[in-house]
Amino acid sequence: MTADVSDIPLSTTGERQAVVGSVGAVPGKDWVIVTRGITRDYDMGGEVVHALRGVDLAVRRNEYVAIMGPSGSGKSTLMNLVGCLDTPTAGEYWLNGSLVSDMKDDALARVRNREIGFVFQTFNLLPRATALHNVELPLVYAGVGSAERRKRAKEALESVQLGDRMDHRPNELSGGQRQRVAIARALVNRPAILLADEPTGNLDSGTSEEIMRVFEHLADTGQTVIMVTHEPDIAQHARRVVVLRDGRISSDDRRENFVKKLVEK
Amino acid sequence: MPLYEALRLALAQIRVQKLKSFFTLLGVTIGVTFLIAVVSIVQGMSNYVTSAVAGKFLGVNTATLRRFPNFQNGNVTEAQWRLWMQRPPITIADAYAVRDALPQDAGWAIDDVKWVNATSKYTNGGPQLLAHAATPQLFKIKNLNITEGRVYSDEEEQLGLPVAVIGIETKQYFFPNVDPIGRDIKVGGLPFRVVGVLEKQGTVFGQPLDRVIYAPFQSPMQRFTGARENLAGVLVQAPSPAAMDEIQETVDEVMRKRHRLHPAQENDFVVETSASALSSWDTIKGYLVAAGIFLPAIGLVVGGIVIMNIMLVAVAERTHEIGVRKSLGARRRDVMAQFLAEATTLSVLGALIGIALGFGLSKLLSSAFGLPSGIAPWSIALAIGLGAGVGIAAGIYPASRASKLDPIIALRAE
Repeated sequence: MTADVSDIPLSTTGERQAVVGSVGAVPGKDWVIVTRGITRDYDMGGEVVHALRGVDLAVRRNEYVAIMGPSGSGKSTLMNLVGCLDTPTAGEYWLNGSLVSDMKDDALARVRNREIGFVFQTFNLLPRATALHNVELPLVYAGVGSAERRKRAKEALESVQLGDRMDHRPNELSGGQRQRVAIARALVNRPAILLADEPTGNLDSGTSEEIMRVFEHLADTGQTVIMVTHEPDIAQHARRVVVLRDGRISSDDRRENFVKKLVEK
Repeated sequence: MPLYEALRLALAQIRVQKLKSFFTLLGVTIGVTFLIAVVSIVQGMSNYVTSAVAGKFLGVNTATLRRFPNFQNGNVTEAQWRLWMQRPPITIADAYAVRDALPQDAGWAIDDVKWVNATSKYTNGGPQLLAHAATPQLFKIKNLNITEGRVYSDEEEQLGLPVAVIGIETKQYFFPNVDPIGRDIKVGGLPFRVVGVLEKQGTVFGQPLDRVIYAPFQSPMQRFTGARENLAGVLVQAPSPAAMDEIQETVDEVMRKRHRLHPAQENDFVVETSASALSSWDTIKGYLVAAGIFLPAIGLVVGGIVIMNIMLVAVAERTHEIGVRKSLGARRRDVMAQFLAEATTLSVLGALIGIALGFGLSKLLSSAFGLPSGIAPWSIALAIGLGAGVGIAAGIYPASRASKLDPIIALRAE
């Protein structure tokens, strides 16, 4: 069921500016991520480092966004904030209708569990657990019963074509297969966003293409995907590309415009 | 995370690291092993003393009226002894007065004893025998069973016939190779016809209970036991443990009246029960148990420290795993539960192994040195409780450290 790319609505610049500008207001249901002027400072032994200097980002449901930028641009910090692993020094972050920038530890854990599916560069699977058990983990923390857990984890693995690898441990799987297990794990709780951090960084180009096709398919079927990468080749798989520089958004384009600019350079 | 998830995870972790887990729980195991062994030995000794004193010396639910205690708490001073010797003797009239005051369903018997010399035609002398001039109710109260013949009857008691029931050793010494039933054994030159032989009683506190001869109280035996001067004991038996106090009070009342004691005066006699006889043993047992718990407790503390160290290492080693779990939605309490469950499972496992080893050790000791041993159910509960307690105490700090890890930093580890 591959839909045409143009069928997926992209937020227009005007809409984004409108939703980001109304500070304090609850964003409409359609907006999965809205950040309003978020900053993040680190205290490095007395010296304050401004990793993010005010980022306004709005992502609508079903968007497929790549966040790009050179190292030190703040994209990892942004990814940690968007993934609720960290909280901003200042600014608002609304995720799926709730203000998560004010939340404390356990509430954030809950949001990570329900709303976010992580896919990491290094897969981050538990080495001693089988693929099935790895995929079950988010459901364990969601308090899902073991029979239901098994069923849903199986379905998730089957959806990434790993139905026959369920009892394998990570070291018995190829890199691509590991990343697909991680994708199954990320999706098993039906999160609002799939958040991928350099998902192809540890894969060869063939396998990278394979993973990108999985993402493409997910985006086509309505999953909101946010991907952090420093590789333009990978970024151009997304439908919208946000580029960070020095802790600020330097450009926010449709894919076509991004590619055009790339060629011009 | 539900408890069984944490437990399953803990068991999986222990299975993966068998050797490390084994060394981790060794301290707790050793502590619990000695705890169980010491308690079992003390319990065994206690069972032995209790059954010996309560069952064989005094009888169940039985109180014994005496001039002064047979079982003394510690050493008796010279002065105390002199005071006791000034007490009025227990007379035969006292014994009957007590009997008449007792309720219908209570048991009663006179048991006067003294070591005597005996002879028979079938052997050239033998050891001294403990002679009992006793009413036949004694056999029932003390649960003395007959293997050959019969006990003497109430008629024989009333008529004071010179008949006798003898112990198994008495039979072996004085009637080697002959059936003693119907034959005579002489005490003080007087023949007593043997009508029965008691089943083997063994020894209690080194006293042979089978080197005995029983004859009716009204028989000439009372001359040899000196019943006219003082009765060694008058036994009363309550129909139930609950009725013990009442029976004792009755005896007290009768004797105080007969000795004309006014309320301020102390008893000049004693009504001894197994409880009063065992009070000194209970004190000793208390010390033994306290030592038996205190010394292994040191082992448990060391075991706890080992577990804490290993858990701290485990938290450090598994920082990345904790980061992954947190990124997937594990809350602080989930991480805490995971590591606490692991420490506690290890420790309880150590305690369980210790319980098994402890019982093994106590059995070994009891068969090697002839010490009695017995299982005290509370010691098992205590050992498991201590195991769990040590695990929780040792796990709390590492678990809380794990739970407070920053997920970003934890994910970056390794």
